[in-house]
Amino acid sequence: MKKKVLGCLCILLATALVLGFAQALLQPKYMTSAREGALIAEYYNETDRSHDVLFVGDCEVYEGFTPPTLWEEYGVTSYVRGSAQQLAWHSYYLLEEMLQYETPKVVVYNVLALKYGEPQSEAYNRLNLDGMRLSASKLRAIRASMTEEESFASYLFPLLRFHSRWKELSAEDFEYLFHRDRVSHNGYLMQTEIRGGTSDITPVPLTDPSLPKTSMEYLEKMRLLCEEKGVAFVLIKAPTNDWKYHWYDEWDAQIAEYAQAHDLQYYNFIPLCEEIGIDWSTDTYDVGAHLNVYGAEKLTSYFGRILVSEFELEDRSADASLAAVWEEKLAVYRAEKAQ
Amino acid sequence: MQFTSIAFLLFAALTLFFYFALPKKMQWGVLLAASYVFYLFAGARYLLFIAYTTLVTYLIARWLQARADAEDAYVTAHRETMEKTERKAYRAREKKKRFRILTVGLFLGFGLLAVLKYTAFALSGVNAVLALFSPARVAVPSLLLPLGISFYTFQSMGYLIDVYRKKARAEQNLAKFALFVSFFPQLIQGPISRFDSLASQLFEPHRFDGFRVRSGLCRVAWGFFKKVVVADTAMVAVKTLIGNDTKYSGVYVLVLILLYSVQIYGDFTGGIDITVGLSEMMGIRLAENFNRPFSSRSTKEYWRRWHITMGTWFTDYVFYPLSVSGGMQKLSKFSRAKLGEKIGKRIPVYLATVVTWFLTGLWHGAGMNFIVWGLLNCAVILISQELQPLYTRFQARFPRLTASKPWEKWQMVRTFLLMGLIRSLDCYRDVGRTFRLWGSMFTNWNWGGLFDGGLISFGLSWGDWAVLLLGVLLIWAVSRQVGDTPLRERIAKRPVLWCAVICGLTLLILIFGAYGIGYDASQFIYNQF
Repeated sequence: MKKKVLGCLCILLATALVLGFAQALLQPKYMTSAREGALIAEYYNETDRSHDVLFVGDCEVYEGFTPPTLWEEYGVTSYVRGSAQQLAWHSYYLLEEMLQYETPKVVVYNVLALKYGEPQSEAYNRLNLDGMRLSASKLRAIRASMTEEESFASYLFPLLRFHSRWKELSAEDFEYLFHRDRVSHNGYLMQTEIRGGTSDITPVPLTDPSLPKTSMEYLEKMRLLCEEKGVAFVLIKAPTNDWKYHWYDEWDAQIAEYAQAHDLQYYNFIPLCEEIGIDWSTDTYDVGAHLNVYGAEKLTSYFGRILVSEFELEDRSADASLAAVWEEKLAVYRAEKAQ
Repeated sequence: MQFTSIAFLLFAALTLFFYFALPKKMQWGVLLAASYVFYLFAGARYLLFIAYTTLVTYLIARWLQARADAEDAYVTAHRETMEKTERKAYRAREKKKRFRILTVGLFLGFGLLAVLKYTAFALSGVNAVLALFSPARVAVPSLLLPLGISFYTFQSMGYLIDVYRKKARAEQNLAKFALFVSFFPQLIQGPISRFDSLASQLFEPHRFDGFRVRSGLCRVAWGFFKKVVVADTAMVAVKTLIGNDTKYSGVYVLVLILLYSVQIYGDFTGGIDITVGLSEMMGIRLAENFNRPFSSRSTKEYWRRWHITMGTWFTDYVFYPLSVSGGMQKLSKFSRAKLGEKIGKRIPVYLATVVTWFLTGLWHGAGMNFIVWGLLNCAVILISQELQPLYTRFQARFPRLTASKPWEKWQMVRTFLLMGLIRSLDCYRDVGRTFRLWGSMFTNWNWGGLFDGGLISFGLSWGDWAVLLLGVLLIWAVSRQVGDTPLRERIAKRPVLWCAVICGLTLLILIFGAYGIGYDASQFIYNQF
């Protein structure tokens, strides 16, 4: 009897190990393509979680703000927890999770994704949620994010989602089976390519000028969460020159009104591009949709001044241990930029 | 709630827990509650239809039973005073009265099925006829088809006929009868059970039997494997081949026939394995619906091995009663007199066969393709029967050849391909289109393209082909493990081996199964009937 029980236990253990191995192997690694997918999980690699500023939002934050620049110019530590098509509820639950780990002085939220009131696509949900560690925030985020075709279980056991990748395994899957390389600089995903230009398509007029109720509810939740934690909550709209990411005046007015009503700072950088010094012929890598590293540095430098003056962030570059960590980060940042 | 969903697994586990955890006298109550909850998941409005069938069948059966009991009581009371002929005449009169009650029951039971399933088809036919004469059209309503209605209607009507024939006694307890109609493992795709074999098992208490649970779970896991790994992988290609028939004609029709055979076998037998296995875990033994159908050597044999409970239902409740009905007796007499003994005696049997297969086709679906499917099966069976003397002469002439293994295999392959060909009517749906595509196998000779990338052009990668091929081989190997004790019971007797088999199947299903995003959600094919 004892032997039989032991035999069964061994088989169960071996099965669990095979399942674990299969899951690790079959999950996308996001190391050489769709690198945005690796951003969310990178936050957990941070050894020092005493950031002055946390950014949350969609691609406009992880392509628009470079923490190494903020450190280099202002001695301010920051982390960008941005991800591709990060919707308002993603941002809220990511922020909720981060505020369990640390209490920054300022949280910056990019408002573009507020235009989406419903879950958009499974693929983007994956990029936003798979990297999160299992927590109550993650479970709530999954519930809020799922499209009709998705199943909750597949987020808890990603093998259920990615099992069919056995047909498309590549060398990357084996190389990064048990580890990942760093792809970002404190959440900033560097793009050095220059592909300037402007969009000449006129945005279609809005049929409904108001921002969706659901996303505004999550904005309010973010504000309340920051208020509860005693963190300044700042709204921004990153610059863009592409009609796909057009920020309508009606939306702008609505956010400005919301900010005023709750005594928040709201910075729309679109009309400030000239003042920031953004040149759309050199500061974008995808014809105006997003900034490249040159544009991002200009924007960060500009916004850093605001952060320091408006939120009285102190220059921490005199802190030797912190400086050592950030000098290392800067060196890596510079090296990648120089490539 | 799909059998192959996580929700169903949780539901089944919970049901089993309460089934064995609560007092035994509550077991049938647990099953009834679970069955109605299961049906509720399909949609609350569907409950109305199953409740209607249950209530109507229950009341008519009680009525029939009351008449039969009164008849027996009368005969017993008057045994001394009644002559044999008088008693016979009395019984015949009573039978006629009960037959009228049965007719009302069948009308009410099949009526609902006919209205919901066949109204649109019938009205489309009316419109097609109208189109020949005038531009007027009858509006074709879009009616909902409750899940499993064909199965539970046939099971209920079979019970009614059994009560009429005094083969079964009418159930007195409405709730218990409701369980017989709605027993959830078999509700949506059969097998079509008989009251005398199922009811007592449902109502009697069952103690927890570890061996039965292990054996049942083994069969459930095997069913999942057949459905999720084999059938659903084949489905991806089948859908593409059907949807692009102008591109995929010629040899691809043959590929479709093979793949669809694999799909429907894995799908239907897999579903039945889950049904039978789950019931077995509860101590309930359901009728087997398959017996290695693809090893049949003739169409007739195939239909004794494929969807057995449906076949026997039609034989017992349609073919035999029709063959011995008064009308057929008269026709038999007439045809023998007019056409001679040899041909005349065949006419009523053949007519009953045609009617039975016509109805079998119609049961599968409201469409010309299903009717033609049924009639083609019938034609093959009747032609084979007519050619029997020729076969006998051939066997006598070549006894060694016809007794050899290769000959046996040839007969199996021939039957498999013939059945597959006819079954493809189920895929292409339109009869004309199906016939054209059959023709294209001989006119569009595109074998070259098949091996020049063609095999991986309709949704299956080489990896998928490998999974499919290995899956089919595994199914074939397991199906050969016939003996006095089923393979799963042999496995269940050895706990460590059983554990390894369950874990192995789970791994195969989780990794190689065709499920989740990227695959279309696939319900069991027979759920649609």
